[in-house]
Amino acid sequence: MSSEFLYGIEVIINGLMAGVLYALVALGFVLIYKASGIFNYSQGVMALFAALTLVGIMEGQVPFSHLINAIFGTELHHFGWEVPAFLAIALTVVVMVIFAWLVQRFVFRHLVGQEPIILFMATIGLAYFLEGVGDLMWGSEIKTIALGLPQGNARWLEDVTSALGDDTFYGFFVRQLDIVAALVAMVLVTALIVFAQYTKQGRAMRAVADDHQAALSVGISLNFIWVLVWSLAGVVALVAGVMWGAKSGVQFSLSLIALKALPVLMLGGFTSIPGAIIGGLIIGVGEQLFEYTIGGPFLGGATENWFAYMLALLFLVFRPQGLFGEKIIERV
Amino acid sequence: MKLKTLGALALTATFGATAAMAELVIPDLSYRTGAYAAGGTPFSDGYQDYFNLLNARDGGIGGEPIRIVECETGYNTEAGVECYESTKGEGALVYQPLSTGITYQLIPRATADGIPLHTMGYGRTSAADGETFNWVFNYPANYWDAASVMINYLLDQNGGSLEGKNITLLFHNSAYGKEPIATLNALAEMHGFNFSELAVDHPGQEQTAQWLQIRRERPDYVLMWGWGVMNQVAVQEAANIGYPMDQFIGNWWAGAEHDVTPAGAAADGYLSLNMNRVGDMPVLAEMQSMVVDAGMGAGDGSNVGSVLYIRGMYAAMLAAEAIAKAQEIHGVSDITPAMMRDGMEALDITEARMEELGMPLVGPAFSVSCQDHGGSGLGIVQRWDAAAGVFVALTDYIAPDDSVTGPLIAEDAAAFAAENNITPGCM
Repeated sequence: MSSEFLYGIEVIINGLMAGVLYALVALGFVLIYKASGIFNYSQGVMALFAALTLVGIMEGQVPFSHLINAIFGTELHHFGWEVPAFLAIALTVVVMVIFAWLVQRFVFRHLVGQEPIILFMATIGLAYFLEGVGDLMWGSEIKTIALGLPQGNARWLEDVTSALGDDTFYGFFVRQLDIVAALVAMVLVTALIVFAQYTKQGRAMRAVADDHQAALSVGISLNFIWVLVWSLAGVVALVAGVMWGAKSGVQFSLSLIALKALPVLMLGGFTSIPGAIIGGLIIGVGEQLFEYTIGGPFLGGATENWFAYMLALLFLVFRPQGLFGEKIIERV
Repeated sequence: MKLKTLGALALTATFGATAAMAELVIPDLSYRTGAYAAGGTPFSDGYQDYFNLLNARDGGIGGEPIRIVECETGYNTEAGVECYESTKGEGALVYQPLSTGITYQLIPRATADGIPLHTMGYGRTSAADGETFNWVFNYPANYWDAASVMINYLLDQNGGSLEGKNITLLFHNSAYGKEPIATLNALAEMHGFNFSELAVDHPGQEQTAQWLQIRRERPDYVLMWGWGVMNQVAVQEAANIGYPMDQFIGNWWAGAEHDVTPAGAAADGYLSLNMNRVGDMPVLAEMQSMVVDAGMGAGDGSNVGSVLYIRGMYAAMLAAEAIAKAQEIHGVSDITPAMMRDGMEALDITEARMEELGMPLVGPAFSVSCQDHGGSGLGIVQRWDAAAGVFVALTDYIAPDDSVTGPLIAEDAAAFAAENNITPGCM
C-alpha cells in the first residue's frame, strides 16, 4: 500500500480519536438540554472547574488560600497532605453535586417559566462566575494532573503497522491517552444509557425530558431531576476536563473546549446521546481529513476550527434538528 | 480681602501639597485572570516588585516615589484600551501593554497623547524605526531579531551552513504568529534551507494535524511562535511523536516554566530563545528580603526567579533607568511623559551598570537613539532541565543579522509612515 493511502488512514484514526474528545464535551450539553431545555454555556467552564478541583484536592491545596492570606495575613497554601486519586475523584464528584444543587437552588429555581434565551443568558453569567470562583479557589497557574494517564505514542501499534508500507511509512501513530479516552468514553456512555434505561431516577429523567407537565402530574420532582442532570453533567465535565487537561495541563483555556462541542451538537442534535458521539466522530474525522487533503496543501492550514462549523452548517441545511435530534414540529 | 487671602492660601496649600506628593506613575496593564494568567502573573509580579524594591531601598528614583497603577486586562484588547484610557490621566510615564493586539491599538493613541510605549520583544516590529515611531520603543529585541538569532544559532550548530536543511515554523495563526515569516523567508533564500510553515488555530488545544505532518515530513528543525495553551500542547505533542527536543526551538514567549512542566520529564531538553538571562542574581535576594518577605510583594512570592518574573523585573529596570536618565537630562525629578521619552531615547545600558544594579548580564548591553528604538536585538538560547525544573542558558548572547532585519524594518516603517501621513524625523 502507498504511504499516502496509509497516512490517510492514520489521519482518519486520529480524527476518530479527536472526535471522542469532542463528544465527551458535547455529552454534558446534551444531558442538560434534553432534560431542561437549557443550552448550558458554562459546560466548558464546568470542565475546567472540575479539573481544577480534582488537582487541588489531590495536591492538598487550601481552597481560596490567596483570598484568606490577603485578608488575614496568613501564609496558608497547602494542608500538607496528598489525597489518593480515587478519593480525590469521589470528592470532586461531591463538589460537582453541591454545585448542581446551588445552581438549581439559587439560579434556575427563580427562572422557572422564563424564555429559553433568559435561561441561556443565565448560563453565560454562570460561566463567568464559575471561572472567577475557580481562579479564587485554586489559583490561575497551570497544573498537572497526576492520575498516571499514559502519554506518548502507542509504540506497539506503530511497530505492528510499520510493515504495511515502504520505507517512507513509519507505522500508525495513535496517542495512548486517546486510546484511554476512547475506552473511558465508552464506559461513560454505557453507564449513562444503563442509568437512563434501567433505574428509577433514570426513567424519571427521561420522563421529564419528554414532557415536564406530564412528569409533574405523576409526582416526579422537577427540582430533583434538574439537580440530578446537572450533577451528571458535572461528572461528564470532570471526565472531559481530565482528558483535555492531560493533554495541555489544567489551565483556564480549558473552558474554550466548549467551542469544539458546538459543531458536534449542531450536527448530532442537542437531545441525543448517540448523536453527540456520532457527531463528534464525524466532526473529528471530517476536520482532520479536510486539513490533510485540502486545508494544509492548498489553503495554508489551520482549517480545523472553521471547517467543523462549515460541516455542521451543511448538515443543518438538510436536517435542522441534527442527525439524531428530535424533529421540530410547530403546530399552529 | 480676607476671602482672597484665604483663597490664595488654599491654592498655595493645594499646589504645595501636590509638589510634595509628586510621584512617578507607572501603570501596569497586567493579566492575572483568564486563559493567559499563567504568563501574565509572574511578569506583573516581577515588574511591580522591582519598583517596590526601589521605593523601599532608595525611596524611589531621584527622590521621587513610584506609584504603580495596576489595571487588569485579562489579555483582552478592548480591556487593555480601557485600562490605558482610564489610567493615562494619572500622569502615566510609560505603558508596557504586554500584548501585541493592545499595542497596535495604543500606538496611535499614545502617539497623539504624547505618552511613550515600551513593547519589549512584542508588538509592531518596525517600531524599532524611531524616526517613524517617535513614541514607541521595542528594545532590547524584536520578533525579527528573534527569527534571525534562531537561524544564527542553527548555523553555529551546523558548521556555518544550513544548505538543504528543512526548517518548519509552527506558528499561532495570528498577526503575532505570522511576524517571523518574512524574515525566515529572506533567511532561507540567503542560507539555502527549505522553509515551510504550519499554522495552528487559536487557542491551539488541538494540533493533531500539524504534528502528524511533522512526523511524516521529519524536518530537521521546528521553530515555534506559540502562545498560551498552544505551547504546552506543542511540547507534549513533540514528545508524543518522539521529535528530538534539541531540534525544537520556541521563541521567548514559548519558553517559560509553565510551557514545559505539563509534559513532565518528556519536555527535557526543549530549547527556547530568551531576550534576558535567567538564574540567580543578587537583586533577586534583595527583592525577596526587602519586598516579598516584607509583605510588599505584588504576588505571593512563588514566582520569584522564574523566567517571566525576571523578564518583568528586567522591563522595570529598563523603565527605571530611563526615568533616571530623563531626570538627569532635564534636571528635575518630577518628570513628564515627554521627558520620559527623552530618557528612553538616550538610554545606555552597559554591562557595568547591570552589574552595579545586582543583575549582571541580565540583558545585552545596548543603547537607544532617535533612529534606533529597537536595541541590539541579541538573544540567548536556553534549555529546559526537567529534573531540576529550570531553564539553563545554553549560549551567550547571539546577535541577529541586521543586514536582513534592517531593510525589512525600514520597508515596513516607510509603509506605515505613508499610510499615516507621517514625515519621519527626530523630535
